[in-house]
Amino acid sequence: MTAPLRIGFIPLVDAAALIIAVDKGFTAAEGLEVELVREVSWSNVRDKLNIGLFDAAHLLAPVAIASSLGLGHVKVPIVAPLNLGINGNAITVSPTLHAALMEVIDGDRFDPLATARALAKVVAIRRKSGADPLTFGMTFPFSTHNYQLRFWMAAAGVDPDEDVRLVVLPPPYMVDSLKNGHVDAFCVGAPWNSVAVDLGIGHILHFVSDILVRAAEKVLAVRQVWADKHPDVVAALVRAAVKAAEFIENRENLAEATRILAQPERVGVDAEMIQRSLAGRLKISPEGALRESGRYLLVGREGAGRPDPVQAAWLYAQMLRWGQTALSNEALKTAMSVFRPDLYDAALGRSGDGQPDTSFTAFAGPAFDPRDLGGYLASFEIGRRAS
Amino acid sequence: MSAEQSPKIVIVDESPVRAAILEEGLREAGFTQVVHIREMQSLLARIYAVDPDIILIDLENPSRDVLEAMFQVSRAVKRPIAMFVDQSDSASIQASVEAGVSAYIVDGLKKERIKPILDLCVSRFNAFAKLQEELERTKSQLEDRKIIEKAKGILMKVKSLTEDEAYVLLRSTAMREKKKIGEIAQSIITASEMLK
Repeated sequence: MTAPLRIGFIPLVDAAALIIAVDKGFTAAEGLEVELVREVSWSNVRDKLNIGLFDAAHLLAPVAIASSLGLGHVKVPIVAPLNLGINGNAITVSPTLHAALMEVIDGDRFDPLATARALAKVVAIRRKSGADPLTFGMTFPFSTHNYQLRFWMAAAGVDPDEDVRLVVLPPPYMVDSLKNGHVDAFCVGAPWNSVAVDLGIGHILHFVSDILVRAAEKVLAVRQVWADKHPDVVAALVRAAVKAAEFIENRENLAEATRILAQPERVGVDAEMIQRSLAGRLKISPEGALRESGRYLLVGREGAGRPDPVQAAWLYAQMLRWGQTALSNEALKTAMSVFRPDLYDAALGRSGDGQPDTSFTAFAGPAFDPRDLGGYLASFEIGRRAS
Repeated sequence: MSAEQSPKIVIVDESPVRAAILEEGLREAGFTQVVHIREMQSLLARIYAVDPDIILIDLENPSRDVLEAMFQVSRAVKRPIAMFVDQSDSASIQASVEAGVSAYIVDGLKKERIKPILDLCVSRFNAFAKLQEELERTKSQLEDRKIIEKAKGILMKVKSLTEDEAYVLLRSTAMREKKKIGEIAQSIITASEMLK
């Protein structure tokens, strides 16, 4: 290698595999010299990857698909040879909204259908009293956060475009916005939910794994032309990140991984918050209630790293459902081919057989079948399908 | 908007100096309708109130993602926002991203009207970066000079040297150790403070 690889990332816990790969020397062991570049917006990461200022990036899975389809911006085919994270987001609500939801909830407070129905009641009460619609923060138009919030509330008849307001906020601004009442709730990745809870201004209502058991969150993204030109570098990068993910998932290394990630030029927040996110043991209320889940954030375990094209199809279906694009079989094929399990398998010298079952289930709606997107979408009452 | 009218331009930038440099450039070029938004709270609402034809934002600004939402079907803007520049114009994209600025254009604005604005934007952003670099350099030079003066004073006192002799000693030591004269001066100051 001549010039070091430049890899962009957003300071979030699910950039862990990339950061640890570089800072623990897994990339160096693969003969790669890497410069990690901390970025402030997903738009920047996307643009710098697209024009080649970055060789690779920590990217929202839906942005990789949107770029490949030319949605929202310039069309640049992107491939994802590795998932950096499965799940990891949470929905946090203000103490006021939390109290309002708990007052009207009928059923288990961890059941997303019960909370969504409670939300529908709160929305109706507010409308009757002439109050402003509730505002929900999320991180990007093409983001799992956007789709998870929408999927959740729409399941109980709350129209995300009519009954509430959805606004984009950069993750570091989420907490302040909740504090000053700019938003009533948000869906964001770690560690920002924990930061809000610790400040006493938020309750974690759901881990997104309550909504969808398994959702591809961030990917390692590279331009397709670059991947075609540098297959060995892609493979080496995947191997290094997979080793880093294994390191992170080993509980014995939790303290060390956390310490590295907490550094100011990396994720740059309190180590304790990062540790909670990686351990899946989160404080969910200012009073200190704890919730533990093996599904909160998967960095490498249970086959999390292997990209699953069905996940890409699900994300594409959400773009269709919310009117971001119109259905085409060609586009579906393109979306699915962004996720490249073959590159992952090749890098690790695996055949691809005997991988863990990565099929996923949502708490509402029919079973997802990428071969019948029309039927899948038709089953939802609320949506903005572009014809 | 009639073709003759100057397009309404919003600059979203938390740096007042850079925004002023850009605004001045735009006004000189005849773009008279320029609004600078510094406050990131309720950004979309502020933009909605201005109803601009073009929005320019610096790339250090996390609120850039907020603007991306304008591409979506939404009530945030009165008119739809188009692609940031023409899909085919990759050189413009490259130049602006490298300069650290991004532009969002309201649909319907002609390409030949966008290009000069974008070019101006890129050159002003680059000029600002250069200015900042020079400022940093001057600052560190000034800082060096102060440190060297102090170290000279210490050498003069401790070794009973003249000012010229003290400077020669500093410089020759720096050359021998292949270090900057400021670094040598700093180590003299540190050492003398430790020996106090």
